[in-house]
Amino acid sequence: MQTQSSKPENISSQKLINDDATAKRLRAVILKMIHAGKSGHPGGSFSCLEIIMTLFGDILRFDAKNPEWDERDRFILSKGHGVPALYAVLAECGFFPKDWLLTLRQLGSPLQGHPDRLRIPATEAATGSLGQGLSIAQGMAMAGKMDKKDFRVYCVMGDGEIQEGQVWEAAMSAPKFKLDNLTAIIDFNHGQIDGTSDEVMSLDPLADKWKAFNWNVVEVQGHDRKELRKILPTRVSGKPTLVIAHTIKGKGISFMEKIIDWHGVAPNDEQLAKALKELES
Amino acid sequence: MKATRDSFGEEVAALGEKNSAIVVLDADLAKSTKSEKFAKKFPNRFFEMGIAEANMIGTAAGLALSGKIPFACSFGCFITGRYDQIRMSVSYNRANVKIIGTHSGVSIGEDGHSQMGLEDVAVLRSLPEFTIYQPADDEETKQIIRAAVELDGPCYIRLTRQKVPNLFKSDYQFQTGKWAKLSEGKSIALIGTGGLVGACVEANEKVGKKFTVVNASTIKPVDKKMIEELASSHDWLVTAEDHYVTGGLGSAVAEVMSEISTKARLYRIGVETFGESGSPEDVIKHFKLDAAGVAEHLSKISKLS
Repeated sequence: MQTQSSKPENISSQKLINDDATAKRLRAVILKMIHAGKSGHPGGSFSCLEIIMTLFGDILRFDAKNPEWDERDRFILSKGHGVPALYAVLAECGFFPKDWLLTLRQLGSPLQGHPDRLRIPATEAATGSLGQGLSIAQGMAMAGKMDKKDFRVYCVMGDGEIQEGQVWEAAMSAPKFKLDNLTAIIDFNHGQIDGTSDEVMSLDPLADKWKAFNWNVVEVQGHDRKELRKILPTRVSGKPTLVIAHTIKGKGISFMEKIIDWHGVAPNDEQLAKALKELES
Repeated sequence: MKATRDSFGEEVAALGEKNSAIVVLDADLAKSTKSEKFAKKFPNRFFEMGIAEANMIGTAAGLALSGKIPFACSFGCFITGRYDQIRMSVSYNRANVKIIGTHSGVSIGEDGHSQMGLEDVAVLRSLPEFTIYQPADDEETKQIIRAAVELDGPCYIRLTRQKVPNLFKSDYQFQTGKWAKLSEGKSIALIGTGGLVGACVEANEKVGKKFTVVNASTIKPVDKKMIEELASSHDWLVTAEDHYVTGGLGSAVAEVMSEISTKARLYRIGVETFGESGSPEDVIKHFKLDAAGVAEHLSKISKLS
């Protein structure tokens, strides 16, 4: 571990301030992390940032000093490649020292390229082999029901990710078990490696598909924090909720927005400087 | 005689009373895997997941990460066919999931190749920190189910559809990673697992109990000490399993033997082709996995040495 200078016990749990300034600062942090790690996924990290910020800032119950607190709400980032956004938010909340962030993807770093529950317990589950997070979230929600606990489970999936068949197995089973403590969120940024999700494997009609599977379906502008704050806690009795979050891949950096090629590449020095300047203005 | 899937069904239902963390999931095969016994007794702790094994495995992982001890059950071929879900959701998360794979090997008979678990051990043996059990009889199955509940980590338990003879009494003590010698002899050490242990015992009886017979009921980790001891005191180590010889018990023993200094040679009895439909008796005979088949292999070995 190269720069792991602070110990987790020496930092305190703090509230994430869910505002424009924090969003800009975290975007800068994410870019610096990916730049330092020389690889990573800026596009999909930026599209889900406001969703994750709003959850940790305003909605989830957690204790950063005790990430395995029994009563906590659970958050699983099933699209594991977006983890730089999650790491930035977790550090902001005090789950681990901020100086770990720039070790992303380096040998010995707890910040693996995709989430590893054992290294960072707050990630809840190892993900990144796409399509698996919703099933795990479902198992957690079932355990919550069995134990009569009132924690909720949130799971963010990519839009490309839901091309995986396992997602539809879980889509079929969560309503059977009446998991109204489970909320799946689709980061609908329309981008995936080989092209737009509309070209690669169209998801339309997305809301109708989930409605037909008996989910409570709501839609939200995925970068509008005020709207997210209102919509994300939505639930109806006896049904899981699916939130379609309309997002922009690469959101926040002019030359990255909606550009598929920014799915999984790190910015070079010049691009980083340019992006940071944009974020400062 | 009892099928080890029946022993599993009885034991998990019995354990459910003592341990409220135990939950069971099945993928529309509860009547065949015998998890229905638990389902009838504890309907609120049994989850029928339908014909969707990938989701079942992920759900089991989520339950395990929330403190439950889930048994996820299906035929060995179907459940280990969802290798990526086992690899990621269970193994990498160190989720405390007990994976039950019944209908192992060609011994299932009539249903044919598509329903035969023949590579289940091979795929799961590659995973770090993953324990693989294959009990040989009723008593051992029950002890292994209890050991699996005690074990803090993922494991796979490979069970038979067909009835197997009783080999152990209730004073037997199973230990994870330790193989048991069923008889001591010379020249050849027969190392059987699962349904093949009975066949090995019977084949050895046919030749006047002159060989050593060992029950390999933990396939991962293998009992390295036992393999070393057998290799130092026998000319041949013979593995016998109703699984592909590639990647199964035979491979596991070969790996150990290749890294120690020994003059002993290895002979692997198992399956090398696709399975066939037929009555279990005919199929087991065809693949030379019954006592007569094992005896035939043994006489072949005596000509080799």
